[in-house]
Amino acid sequence: MKLPEAEPIIIVEHLRAEFGDNLIFRDVSFQVRRGEIFVILGGSGCGKTTLLKHLVGLYRPTAGRVLVNGVDVVAQDPVEMEQVRRGTGMLFQAGALFGSMTLAENIALPLQQYTNLPGPLIDLIVRMKLSLVNLNGFENHLPEEISGGMKKRAGLARAMALDPAILFFDEPSAGLDPVSAVELDLLIKWLNAALGTTMVIVTHELQSIYLIADRIIMLDKDAKGIIAEGDPRVLRDTATDPKVASFFNRQPVGAEYQRLAQKLQIRLTTVAAPLEGSTGGG
Amino acid sequence: MTSDQTHSAPFQIHLETGEDGSRRVVLQGAIALQGLEAVTAQLQAVAQAPCGGHTSLDLSGLEYVDSAGALAILKLAEAIKAQGRTCSIDHASPNVQGLLNLIDLQALVQPSLVGTGRRQDVISQIGEGFLAFLRDASKVIIFLGEIIIDLVTLCFRPGMVRWRDVLLYMRRAGVEGLPIVSLIALLLGLIIAFMSSLQLRQFGANIFVASLLAIAMVRELGPIMTAILVAGRSGSAFAAEIGTMKVNEEVDALTVMGLNPMHFLTLPKVIASLIVVPLLTMYANLLGIIGGLIVGVTLLDLTVYSYIQETRNILTVFDFVSSFIKTVVFAFLIAAIGCQRGFQVRGGAAAVGEATTSAVVAAIFMIIVVDSIFAIVLTYYPR
Repeated sequence: MKLPEAEPIIIVEHLRAEFGDNLIFRDVSFQVRRGEIFVILGGSGCGKTTLLKHLVGLYRPTAGRVLVNGVDVVAQDPVEMEQVRRGTGMLFQAGALFGSMTLAENIALPLQQYTNLPGPLIDLIVRMKLSLVNLNGFENHLPEEISGGMKKRAGLARAMALDPAILFFDEPSAGLDPVSAVELDLLIKWLNAALGTTMVIVTHELQSIYLIADRIIMLDKDAKGIIAEGDPRVLRDTATDPKVASFFNRQPVGAEYQRLAQKLQIRLTTVAAPLEGSTGGG
Repeated sequence: MTSDQTHSAPFQIHLETGEDGSRRVVLQGAIALQGLEAVTAQLQAVAQAPCGGHTSLDLSGLEYVDSAGALAILKLAEAIKAQGRTCSIDHASPNVQGLLNLIDLQALVQPSLVGTGRRQDVISQIGEGFLAFLRDASKVIIFLGEIIIDLVTLCFRPGMVRWRDVLLYMRRAGVEGLPIVSLIALLLGLIIAFMSSLQLRQFGANIFVASLLAIAMVRELGPIMTAILVAGRSGSAFAAEIGTMKVNEEVDALTVMGLNPMHFLTLPKVIASLIVVPLLTMYANLLGIIGGLIVGVTLLDLTVYSYIQETRNILTVFDFVSSFIKTVVFAFLIAAIGCQRGFQVRGGAAAVGEATTSAVVAAIFMIIVVDSIFAIVLTYYPR
């Protein structure tokens, strides 16, 4: 399914985001290929979620453009945007299920809005989607009656209701126990393989990145842009940028490393040598 | 699967019947959510067509299938098998086969864990409703009692309330409510003076417009109008704020930090209302009387002096004191009910909306009830 040189389905060109005077990132350009699992990662506060919201057209950038399936999301042409929205799904951090509707009604909503299928057929599709995320039997539950992990899976079922070509995930494993998190990761990987859906995932869970990611970009707060791009397993072993290396090896970096090491009166060994070399001044 | 749906050929179906009665159903083009209804109708026709032998579904010509389409194919195979005939799915490309494997037909017929029917007959609904009302009333009374106890404790320990919050809510409920209260009170004064003058003028009793309006505003309309406005503006805001904090677990956070949510959230709002609502009411009374004055001077040929003199003569200290006590009670009820409804929120956004509505409705209801009680008591009170 994943050809190395598959055509790009999302193209981001020179994207710049600011809130007021606060510059989040500038000149971010990358491409997501059809059918791959693409991970956007970085430390807290580097603008991962902001970037994701730009990709789905929730925020409008200060400069640059985003092409999803050939449509300029920034231009927000109403007819084209409806096409884009039908072809994409998004799983929000807490699932974002509508609290007043049952799970079945949540999933049926896009089907009722975008298609004119008869009720029984929609019912059948809803049950199939729920069974895909292993929630068979939970049609009539309300979101408040199920656990956080189940909410995320139900949110995923709703995001997949229209069989979108692209699925966006905002921190899918945040707030889940390790077992539920890895189950969700495997579900994502399985759906990607079976449905060929392009997945764009924002996360900073290292284990889940190694498990599912085909390619990553790494954003950084200080660089205000991309500092690494490629296969995470390769980056772990070859990265020279101290920030990238420390992220993939779970080490604090720079001044923060110095401070912690001093406080704890220990030497954090593994990447200590290259780090100290590069941050000697700080 | 191999290409985009939009570039695929439209769906077509071919039937080839063999000599032995077996048949081959060739599906071509795209089977997707878009236009699935027409496709399922055609597939149903195939399933119901008489056939002597084996049915083979040939998927080699399929260009695009999504999961809904795969479901339709599996349903067709199932329908044929249900008639006691054999059916096979052949020549599926690896992608399509992967999609078919994805779907678990067993799971689709599994019964739901909870039923949809959570409805009851009318009698139980009435009973439940009444019991809910009683429970609710007792909760409100307990809550009001707690606030009163806290207010008394506050007299001995003024430090237990964040006075900066009190100032904040005084601004929100009082200062920011001033424009709308002034406008409504002024218009109310104008209207009442104008309408009553139409009647009183016939008897040459123009001057009594002043006394009528003064008594109506100070005793009834000023307190009631202000209370209803504050209930709509601030009671609802209190309920929404605390309700959202409850949903976000902020109330739990306060409890865990050892801060009493009652002291932290409720008391500042109640104290602010207790200070601000009587002030707003006095202001409303004044503007109502000014409204009457405008009508009196412009339309009824009264002088400013005679109008004010008449107003001063008719109003007693007792009127002001009883009005003041009434507004203090209203203020307490509005803020307390708003907070209580906020704390009751369970669940999500919809529950916050319900709490807000219920805060306003319950507050207005209580305002009217209390006002009636005051009206009766004050009438028979020996002066």
